[in-house]
Amino acid sequence: MAVKGLDIFKLTPKTNCKECGFPTCMAFSMKAATGGVPIEKCPYISEESKELLSEATAPPMKSIKVGAGETEKTLGGETVLFRHEKTLVNKNLFAVELSDAMSDADVDAACAKLQKVNYERIGEMMAVEVVAVRFASDAAKFAALVKKVAECGKIPMIVTVDAEVAKAAVAGAGAGAIIMGATKDNAAAMVEVAKAADAVLGVSADSIEALHDLVEEIEKLGYKKLVLNVGETSIKEAYANAVDIRTAAIKGNDRSFGYPSVVFANKLAAGNTNLQIALASAFVLRYGSIIVMEEMDFNAALPLFGLRQNIFTDPQKPMRVEPKVYEFNKPTGKDPVLVTVDFALSYFVVAGEIERSKVPAYLAIPDAGGYSVLTAWAAGKFGSTVIANFIKEADVASLTTSRKLILPGKVAVLQGDLAELLPEWEVIVGPNEAMQLPKFLRDMQA
Amino acid sequence: MPYKKAEQKFSGKINVCEIGVGDAAISIGGENSLPFLGTEGFKTAVGIAISDVTDEWSDCFGTIYGDDLKNPAALAKAAVEKSGADFLLIKLESADPNGADNSVDNCVATAVAVEAAINVPLVVEGCKNAEKDAKLLEKVAQALEGKNVVLFSAVEDNYKTIGAAGGMAYGQKVSAESAVDINLAKQLNILLTQLGVKSKDIIMDVGTAAAGYGFEYVASTMDRIRLAALGQNDEALQMPIITNVSNEAWGVKEAVSTLEDAPEWGDQEARGIGMEVTTASACVVGGSNAIIVRHPESAKAIKSLVAGIIG
Ligand code: SF4
Repeated sequence: MAVKGLDIFKLTPKTNCKECGFPTCMAFSMKAATGGVPIEKCPYISEESKELLSEATAPPMKSIKVGAGETEKTLGGETVLFRHEKTLVNKNLFAVELSDAMSDADVDAACAKLQKVNYERIGEMMAVEVVAVRFASDAAKFAALVKKVAECGKIPMIVTVDAEVAKAAVAGAGAGAIIMGATKDNAAAMVEVAKAADAVLGVSADSIEALHDLVEEIEKLGYKKLVLNVGETSIKEAYANAVDIRTAAIKGNDRSFGYPSVVFANKLAAGNTNLQIALASAFVLRYGSIIVMEEMDFNAALPLFGLRQNIFTDPQKPMRVEPKVYEFNKPTGKDPVLVTVDFALSYFVVAGEIERSKVPAYLAIPDAGGYSVLTAWAAGKFGSTVIANFIKEADVASLTTSRKLILPGKVAVLQGDLAELLPEWEVIVGPNEAMQLPKFLRDMQA
Repeated sequence: MPYKKAEQKFSGKINVCEIGVGDAAISIGGENSLPFLGTEGFKTAVGIAISDVTDEWSDCFGTIYGDDLKNPAALAKAAVEKSGADFLLIKLESADPNGADNSVDNCVATAVAVEAAINVPLVVEGCKNAEKDAKLLEKVAQALEGKNVVLFSAVEDNYKTIGAAGGMAYGQKVSAESAVDINLAKQLNILLTQLGVKSKDIIMDVGTAAAGYGFEYVASTMDRIRLAALGQNDEALQMPIITNVSNEAWGVKEAVSTLEDAPEWGDQEARGIGMEVTTASACVVGGSNAIIVRHPESAKAIKSLVAGIIG
């Protein structure tokens, strides 16, 4: 990253012995600086220097694994502040919080909700990944609850500042649990507990300066599997800290802040679901790595999971939906067929409008290369042949007795060709904008 | 090493734009940092949206507003009172030639009545038919001369009429709509200024999408616009951003499906608010200087968010 060819060159013996496969030490160094060849290829650079270099060439933000096996997720590892610069690589996780102070019935209800709010959206499972368990008073009950969370397939976050309590609880938490965690008063003891359990250690402090000092202290104790608490008392501070910590890591090359963050939205807006949703949304965009809510019902999950899916998609690779025939508003085998492209945004906009119309219909999506309607058409991926072949191959005629096929208004030019290729269908030009679909469909139905 | 803040220093500054008049006037914009990271007192204004056609609004709005739902002036008053919003948007949807095709005169009368009923600044939204909106917003600008309202919004096909009438002849603010496209946003701002509209009288409506529905384009468009305005000091992009999320948020299935359609999803009103709050909040941190929602509870949540972040 920040290492220049010259920095590496200084560490070589400058003998140009060619053992690395490069004609000169300089050529080797230049290539190594870009990551094109591993430093190890030169046998004459000392171990010490290699270690120094690998520190310096490490990405600005560490990738921290949480959970294990099927629940394992990676946090952090980002190299940019904004998604248009380069892909954001690891999506944030969502958490809800339980406590040993809750009644068994409340815990069961919360667990049932976790199982219920669990669904697929464009090929991705949407569910809460982490469950924070906050210690109140009963260590045995607390440990049992942590164990239960792990057994439910969620990543436990053990929230206590008591190292003994954490130690007992982490024993049943499975690999990759999070201990939340270390403060200036318990750092050494907590590091021991986290090290022994190979757990991720959360770090909390009263100010961003104190947090930085504490992280350095913990790093000196030899532990670097950390997540940083942005603060639980003030929204202003939490937001500023989340932004400043990430900015320091990415722009300031401050390795002590190169860790994922934890945001306790449930503490910042206790009892206020809508404000928690607002905060969660803000932190999905601005550098929250684990976002903790009081609960996650569909009113929060549907928009927040959708937002997260959007923000963490690869900007170079538009999201696509699977080419197939989709059904809307419970069609009964006699309803019209609309056509659009497999670009997720186009699909969603059209799907939303068909749903809004409440008119039963089918939506045929051929493989159009993942482009928008006009781009796909211009690229030859959404022409009359593509559409006609799809209608035939997917045997759309057997799904519905209707022979109305509705084209996006933007590709009205295809109407004639398509009508020739699909003689049994009535090819209709639909509206230019999806927004006009509800009226269009209702008028057609009338 | 002790912590040292990595400052992102910017040379550019967002224009300050005042809307409304007298005690009720508010100003938006003015920041010289990314949202909420500076010390310049940046504050996002929160608006509440109403429409002169509410037939398709979710049932919850009937419960909230009762008979006022059919009377724009009464609805405007109730919406401001119930939401505590900083300003109000009236959508003159009935003007739509593909809908009710209400006359320009009738719609202007509605806008005038709404303006008289409230004590906060007004944004007047057309029906999204470029030709009709040109006539409509021109007349609105004339009828509300001196009230410093926002004409929402001029597009490529009608910016000349709306810009000339609103921004110049009758001294209103002109919002320029660019459908999530930074180049179009810039081009429209340049065209409007070349026409003679002062840049401080222009607000950008860069568009939105509901959360989960391609919002990444919105997020990146706003990031890029703000970075260009602040970092590269691009004057053609230094206008404040105004975003109406209400139509998108309340138009997706998560908000539209009734409890009957989707029993497992639970309360429909809560889902609509969740969608609206999520979308609005994401726009607020992205850089919207004025954010518009439909549900009074959404407005309250966003106001709390903004108050919380400013501290
Ligand atoms: S192996 Fe090392 S010393 Fe030999 S040429 Fe390559 S860089 Fe130089």
